[in-house]
Amino acid sequence: MKINKIILGFISALAILLSTSVTSFAKVVGDKIVLGAAVSLTGKYSSNGVHTQNGYNMAVDRINSMGGIKVGGKTYKFEIIYYDDESNPKRAAQLAERLISQDGVEFMLGPYSSGLTKAIAPVTEKYGVPMVEANGASRSLFTKGYKYLFAVLAPANLYLDVAIRTAVELNGGKGVKIAQAFEQDAFSQDVRLGILDAAKDTGSEIIIDDKLPKELNDMAATLVKVKQMKPDVLVVSGHTKGALTAIRQISEMKVDVPMLAMTHCDAAKLSKQHGKNAQYALCASQWHKTLTYKDKWFKDGMTYDADFTKMFGYAPPYQAAESSAALLVFKDAFERANSFDQKKVRDALAATDMQTFYGNIKFAPGGQNVSKPMVLFQVICDSSGKCENKVVAPLKWASAKLIHPVPKWSER
Amino acid sequence: MITIQACLDGILLGILFALIAYGMALQWGVMNIINIAQGDLVILGGYIAYFMYLYGIHPAWGVIVSPIIMYFVGVGIYKLVINKVVDRDLFISILATFGISILFMQLMNFAFGADVVLANSGYGTTFLFDSNVVLPNSKIFSAFISILFAICLVIYMKKSKLGRAIRATAQNSRAAKILGVDTEKVYAATFGINAALCGVAGALISITFTIHPYMGLPYTIRSFMIVIVAGLGNLPGVALSGMGLGVFEEFADYILGTEFRIGSVFLLLVLILVYRRFKLSRKREYLK
Repeated sequence: MKINKIILGFISALAILLSTSVTSFAKVVGDKIVLGAAVSLTGKYSSNGVHTQNGYNMAVDRINSMGGIKVGGKTYKFEIIYYDDESNPKRAAQLAERLISQDGVEFMLGPYSSGLTKAIAPVTEKYGVPMVEANGASRSLFTKGYKYLFAVLAPANLYLDVAIRTAVELNGGKGVKIAQAFEQDAFSQDVRLGILDAAKDTGSEIIIDDKLPKELNDMAATLVKVKQMKPDVLVVSGHTKGALTAIRQISEMKVDVPMLAMTHCDAAKLSKQHGKNAQYALCASQWHKTLTYKDKWFKDGMTYDADFTKMFGYAPPYQAAESSAALLVFKDAFERANSFDQKKVRDALAATDMQTFYGNIKFAPGGQNVSKPMVLFQVICDSSGKCENKVVAPLKWASAKLIHPVPKWSER
Repeated sequence: MITIQACLDGILLGILFALIAYGMALQWGVMNIINIAQGDLVILGGYIAYFMYLYGIHPAWGVIVSPIIMYFVGVGIYKLVINKVVDRDLFISILATFGISILFMQLMNFAFGADVVLANSGYGTTFLFDSNVVLPNSKIFSAFISILFAICLVIYMKKSKLGRAIRATAQNSRAAKILGVDTEKVYAATFGINAALCGVAGALISITFTIHPYMGLPYTIRSFMIVIVAGLGNLPGVALSGMGLGVFEEFADYILGTEFRIGSVFLLLVLILVYRRFKLSRKREYLK
């Protein structure tokens, strides 16, 4: 009997302790605005998940050290509760539920990847929790009528659109022949839809349209077709694996194509690790350090690059930069809303119109950022074999001239 | 020309798959274990070669270093897990190796990161038929090394004492035990040899394709299929079935499109199984 009482007492004490610790986390505590984020710290997205977390942390650090957020005459600081979603959409949705209903978080930051954002968005929407995300670009996120989802990045269908338009422009305005190979995942298929739209607009013809299975790391058959059919542009999108496989096999099979455009080149570290094999490849990017956007927190891209490198020991990929921008958007919205009411903050987010070091940010009714174009950089190597990414399009931000057509392998 | 290109690509790819499948057939035949972690052992072998490449050693040396390390990894896995399931139901061994597979994926992700990586061999390219057929030398190298290892293994199995013990255990483990074969040792060595073969294949994959902690399963599935088609203990069958599968995949890719590549391989598997069943049923006899 006595033991039973002791156990009962212990359980009650534990319950009380847990309930108090749950409430102590809540949304705005003292001078802290608590944001919640499920990011991939383990699993297949862990590299980019860590970039996302570092981007968030860098911005929190900077905003807090530069005076914080002023709401209702009081100054607040950001704090983020992180959970590891293990790169698993189901886990991400569970964690979003936990952050909101147990930890009392009222404002969320996005996870890494379109797939995980898709899993979390219905949860934040259900609870009316505003979420600013920086790493989910899939078009389908912005066509579901979500009211509380805001993305600081350009949608996936615009990733390689600029490459096709540039090729057509260089072809004297006449349509081009396009070969494309895309992985069968939400993001890459959205990039593909963008290419289909661009081809239709410009009167271009798609002569090869291959879909790469997720588990495949061999695209030799596609490249044989490219060699035979000689398209003007070859477009490849399949995350890091797609970029690496394409570069390896194109260089090995000596496939000559006047323009090669891809996604995820910087995540694949093409210019640094694959040097001359990757030379002349065009890569779509959300951000590049040489762009001349400015803000008062990070100054500009070059300063952000230097500060981030100092803090984390590596140069920031665009995934980190856009994650930092998400915090700037939240700060701006809180100050304009001058309240922590979720509805008011949501309306303030919807009315965002600002410039950050990462680019201009203005949201369309669907939640996507419509005022920041994608940039294309080209891998360009000097005579010593050192390769660098140089922005070549749009022309407004170009730091180098686009090399087109790409020299044949036999002439390199 | 496209036909020749697809055939050669398929054969070179198939030989590499056959090496992995041979390892699987060996330990399946001897221990009656279907190793779901086969592909993960391949990827781990690939990482060994990749790390040598990172430290400035040519990744081709991986085909020597990787199997040595992987042999001990294999023996270690046997001693820790497999020896507890070796005489049990097949289902238990599938579950156990599935668990090992998940554990390996997570450990590799933790240790090596989630980035897709590759090791550059710098082997160049061979052009045939007036440059209409292009073969990366890394693929030719892979096929050559795979064949070399397969031949060495066949000779080892035929001539060495351990090889004979392995074959005896595969035929009848109880009888082998009675006749003085230390089956426990044989099992450990077999699992080690399988892991070593995976190590060689992994090193070759790191210089021909790409590696990633979560990329093991397709290799497990392909080797499983090759073994199913060829049968256990049938090395020429495994080699032929591997190459046939490679060529079939390349043609399916070229004719139907890349998205149907894996699907067509599975369709082929179903057809073969149905055909085998049909053939068996015609041979079936009833006791009257």
